[in-house]
Amino acid sequence: MFRKLHESDAPVAIEIDGKTVSAEVGESVAAVLLREADAWARLTPVTQSRRAPYCMMGVCFDCLAEVDGKPSVQTCLVPVCDGMRVTRQCGKRRI
Amino acid sequence: MQADVIVIGAGTVGAAIGYGLASRGQRVIVLDGGDRDIRAANANFGLVWLHGKGMDMPAYYFLTRKSVDDWQAFDEELTDATSVDLQYEHRGGLVLCLGEDDFAQRRDNLLRLHNQLEDATDPDWEMLDRDALRKLLPRVSLGEEVSGASLGKRDGHANPLRLLASLHAGIVQKGGSLHRGCSVRAVQGHSGGGFSVDFGSGRASAARIVIAAGMGSKAIARQVGLDVPIRPQRGQILVTEKVMPILPLPTLDVRQTREGSVMIGATHEEVGLDCSTTAEAAAALSANAVRQFPALAEVSVVRQWAGLRILTPDGFPVYAESESHPGAFVALCHSGVTLAAFHAGLLAESIAAGRLPASLNVFHHRRFDVPQAA
Repeated sequence: MFRKLHESDAPVAIEIDGKTVSAEVGESVAAVLLREADAWARLTPVTQSRRAPYCMMGVCFDCLAEVDGKPSVQTCLVPVCDGMRVTRQCGKRRI
Repeated sequence: MQADVIVIGAGTVGAAIGYGLASRGQRVIVLDGGDRDIRAANANFGLVWLHGKGMDMPAYYFLTRKSVDDWQAFDEELTDATSVDLQYEHRGGLVLCLGEDDFAQRRDNLLRLHNQLEDATDPDWEMLDRDALRKLLPRVSLGEEVSGASLGKRDGHANPLRLLASLHAGIVQKGGSLHRGCSVRAVQGHSGGGFSVDFGSGRASAARIVIAAGMGSKAIARQVGLDVPIRPQRGQILVTEKVMPILPLPTLDVRQTREGSVMIGATHEEVGLDCSTTAEAAAALSANAVRQFPALAEVSVVRQWAGLRILTPDGFPVYAESESHPGAFVALCHSGVTLAAFHAGLLAESIAAGRLPASLNVFHHRRFDVPQAA
């Protein structure tokens, strides 16, 4: 959906649903999700429809995903770090 | 506008009465207030609840029990009329006890209430020890302090907003009319009987009126000789993100909705007509919920709101007809969801017939007219 205008000098690698993806220090997890061919973050808990990062400023809660095992993380507020594991959140959270 | 009955107030109470009247072929006008009016119906927790209610007022216990027992048929009839799923479930309701003293006290209170009833039927509740409670709630672990619970066997819950929307649709479906943005300013009784109601943008008249306007009722009822003492009591509620089903039945202060949200209630605050929410309440409600179900500590709260319960001095409802203005009725309570089946049923039937049955005399507000002991 989106692409970077420049290539990073020092990329880091994160995992999205088990797939290794290149990212840049300082950008948010949501930004990386939006560069994926399937640019979505979660399925809604009731109707199971896709939601992608939208507001990119911590307001809309559409970018929720599981980050390093923690569910319902607002990925637009979390900067990437090397080795981070992101899982798209499918439906209701399990507790 | 002209009708048989004007219902002032389209919250859960007024809408249920209006729906019940329309269902009985009465020509009904239901007047809903303005957007900025105080609306308890929009803040409701959604319990359909019996067990523990009616201490020192057996008539309230029996009224509630009848309504709870009628809820299933009420739900079916309303769903048939409007196709709105009220999400009514009645697998029971729990009150969790923290510590052995709390457990013993809960049992003693329920026994005392049961003994007041002089009712041959078995109690509508049983006490569950921690193991039995754990079996009933296999998907969530209990806090260390949880010693057990009382289980109200007839209790349940429903979605209060769907109930309200369905009642509104049902009024129209049954031939009544619902008018929004009509805050009532003045009510006048005519010398030859009948009433006219002024709601700013218009007037309506009818042979009978029902005042069910929540906190707004006091000022309206006074104009037709009904002096009803009520006060607001604030209740705050927290709502979490949606999670997989953990609670197959509600507790008095934690219930999981069909969609998966966990609702956590509720405070009891004497703060006047103030609907604001507070961080202190959020902290206290969260702490209480986590003591019962520690897993909730991990879950995000996504909403918090406050509503104002309509409370009489003894906490029980008021149903009365004016002596000075026959045909003017008042209906006030804080359990609009639980009592919806009664309001749409026997109460609407009585108002349609023009008089309240003697069984409701005990709910007249004249019970508050006794001199206070010095």
